[in-house]
Amino acid sequence: MTTQKIAAPKGPAFDRTPRSVRSLASSLFALPSSGAVVSVLIVSTFLTFASPQFLTVDNLTLVARSFSFIAIAAMGQFVVILTRGIDISAGSVIGLAGIVTAMLSSAGVPVLLALLGGLVSAMLVGLLNGWLIAAFGLVSFMVTLGMLNVVRGLDVALTRGFPITGIDESIKELGQGFTLGLPNPVWIMVILAAIMWWVMTRTVYGRQLYAIGGNDEAARLSGVRVRMITASAYVLSALFAGIAGILLTARLGVAEANIGFGYELDIIAAAVIGGTSFFGGIGSVVGVIWGAALLGIVRNGMALLGVDSYWQQIVIGAVIIIAVIIDRLRTRNAH
Amino acid sequence: MPPTDEVARPELVRASGMSISFGGVPVVDDVDLVLHPGEVVALLGENGAGKSSLMKMLAGVYVADQGTIVVDDKEVAVDSVRRARECGITMIHQELNLVDNLSIAENIALGREPRRGAKALGVVDRRESLRQAAVALREIGSHLDPKYQVGKLSLAQQQIVEIAKALAQDNVRVLLMDEPTSSLPEEQASDLVDLILRLRDTGLAIVVTTHRIPEAFSVADRIVVMRDGSKVAEYDAHDSSVTRDSIVNAMIGRELTALFPDKRTKIGPPVLEVTGMSGGFVEDVDLTVREGEIFGLGGLVGAGRTEFARLLFGCDKRTSGRVVIDGAEKRIRGPRDAVKAGMGFIPEDRKREGLVLGLDIEENYSLPNLPEWSRFGVLSLRSLSRRAQSAIASYRVRSRSSRQLVRTLSGGNQQKVVLAKWMATPKRLLILDEPTRGVDVGARQEIYRAIDEIAASGVGVLLISSDMEELIGLSDRIGVMADGRLQGVLNHEQATQARIFELASKLEEVL
Repeated sequence: MTTQKIAAPKGPAFDRTPRSVRSLASSLFALPSSGAVVSVLIVSTFLTFASPQFLTVDNLTLVARSFSFIAIAAMGQFVVILTRGIDISAGSVIGLAGIVTAMLSSAGVPVLLALLGGLVSAMLVGLLNGWLIAAFGLVSFMVTLGMLNVVRGLDVALTRGFPITGIDESIKELGQGFTLGLPNPVWIMVILAAIMWWVMTRTVYGRQLYAIGGNDEAARLSGVRVRMITASAYVLSALFAGIAGILLTARLGVAEANIGFGYELDIIAAAVIGGTSFFGGIGSVVGVIWGAALLGIVRNGMALLGVDSYWQQIVIGAVIIIAVIIDRLRTRNAH
Repeated sequence: MPPTDEVARPELVRASGMSISFGGVPVVDDVDLVLHPGEVVALLGENGAGKSSLMKMLAGVYVADQGTIVVDDKEVAVDSVRRARECGITMIHQELNLVDNLSIAENIALGREPRRGAKALGVVDRRESLRQAAVALREIGSHLDPKYQVGKLSLAQQQIVEIAKALAQDNVRVLLMDEPTSSLPEEQASDLVDLILRLRDTGLAIVVTTHRIPEAFSVADRIVVMRDGSKVAEYDAHDSSVTRDSIVNAMIGRELTALFPDKRTKIGPPVLEVTGMSGGFVEDVDLTVREGEIFGLGGLVGAGRTEFARLLFGCDKRTSGRVVIDGAEKRIRGPRDAVKAGMGFIPEDRKREGLVLGLDIEENYSLPNLPEWSRFGVLSLRSLSRRAQSAIASYRVRSRSSRQLVRTLSGGNQQKVVLAKWMATPKRLLILDEPTRGVDVGARQEIYRAIDEIAASGVGVLLISSDMEELIGLSDRIGVMADGRLQGVLNHEQATQARIFELASKLEEVL
């Protein structure tokens, strides 16, 4: 029942009137994030028995902080995938926002302006992505792949390969500090998730995003500004990647050119494991958090059990493939 | 029941008692069909009469629920396309099955490419492939270059390639063609008719479906009329006592009045005035729709009616044309402007353009109305759900709840959701493109009633329909299009089947 309770409010695409136990079970499976929720529970139960350190406050707090960066960026990625697109450039944008904020801060710019600078730089990248994709009908995969290279190059050019230190302490506090016993990045993740959940389910904008992903032609004929909203998805994705980037930089205390390197893969994986469908129009913010949590817990569990890092990589890869298979099975009757 | 004067000819195929149903709805019900070598049979009927399904059973695309197929006096179980081919039966589908980016020769050889050298290597013998294609094309009198890319050919030329491909297989004796001329302009259609006649003279048995009656007379030796899944009449096409009217009556055949609401009496001033609308192959259309009026738009499939509606609603770019609504000229650059100007559009393809199947009734219902129903972009789920429930009740949508996915509704109920979503906020003009396609008769009546109520409330309705009885039964005036132009406007008294057919098939009459 707990999973049902958690999951119920999030997918507008979910028929909430199960009639019997069997249909309850099948609608549980039909839930976009069911795979992630069930997997998190199974893996956690296993780890609780396999490793005495797993179910401790200290460990769980660390796990939550380590996946919060991915989860935040994945919330933006989720919006893009919802519109049948993909944003490969997320990892490099994480780096850009962190580097810009660190550079501004170390140059003595006030904290708020430094943060704003980082976020604006990220959103400019998103705007460029969105404009190219929506206005010219370019393939999102290729545009953002190109952008990944451009922005990563920019990251290196800005830092010239040297780590940037001298970041203001209050910025570092965002990534390193705790509030009421929980790490700050975890709080920020929870707050952003609540806002995004509200935006996706309670606003015209969220509704229209789901409609575009489900059937862009029907949405267009209904008077929805399909191109504008599609473009905005990439801006959101970049904004969330930017937030993740600033937090990650703050957590590390220094900005390096390769911050967030390769993160796009985990970000996309978290969104898809969390039930966001590549076929568009299906998915939920809460599911995305579960997806990121699964990746974080699996990584943590393997570290606790002393699994070789090569094997960790293999297991993570397998988890992603299984998630995609579940996505296909779940959406099969839909297509 | 073979025609009496044909008894002496040898039978090639005898299909009897053919039946098939989809989702419990019988589509073809107990139909017999006999084919003779060297004869063309035209299958006539309205959309949904079961013509294509009957053909697909013969071609092994569908497996019949009931019925036997006898080829050369031997009963065969035609349960796959492969099996049908072995019996010499091959079908050319309405949507051509050609690979655009391959050459003519590659298409003709597709799936049975001639090999060269060691078989296991699978090296294509390109010279042999080209030679075979050239032979196949020559046999049907075509001078196309086999090396030419199929995607660059005209539709008529592609049709010819498809025929060459079908005939290039060994031992084809029965050629089934589904609507071969429906997408072709007049001269090319007549070339195709000539080709069909030549093929017939080589001894093939040919079946052609069409809904153009003059064409049936020019191509067929025998005309079989289907309606609602049954064979209702069979004529000798060379018998001069068979007239177009008798065929039209057989095709329609139902009591027209019962289904439709009475005509509304209050017709007001013009709501929509269109002048000089052109774009795509639509040319220079002028028309006026009045308040409380249902203006029907008739014509053959491909006459440009849907294209006109899309231009009007701003879905496609127009090259010229003025749109005036309630006396004020409106600039319509896209569907958004059209919605703002008070128009609603119910597109032909409900599933592709009308609904988001993966969303529920409430979400689809509110989609075009979200800006009005929100405050600063924020929605109240409770009020949305209340609105949806009252719409479900007033449009009689059969559903479990407002959260049911529209994917799981029947066609008729899906259409009611589309109607409801457009009529949820006041409209001046509603464009309906084939509103009852794929909807069963019971639900149809409810949709007609809803359309009538919408018109009676003072909205102008532009109704596109290929269903003659629907067009005549609902419309106050009917404009008939052919070849991208409006051929004429008939008022209710003038609007008879024959008159509409005449205007719609104006081109064929020249033949």
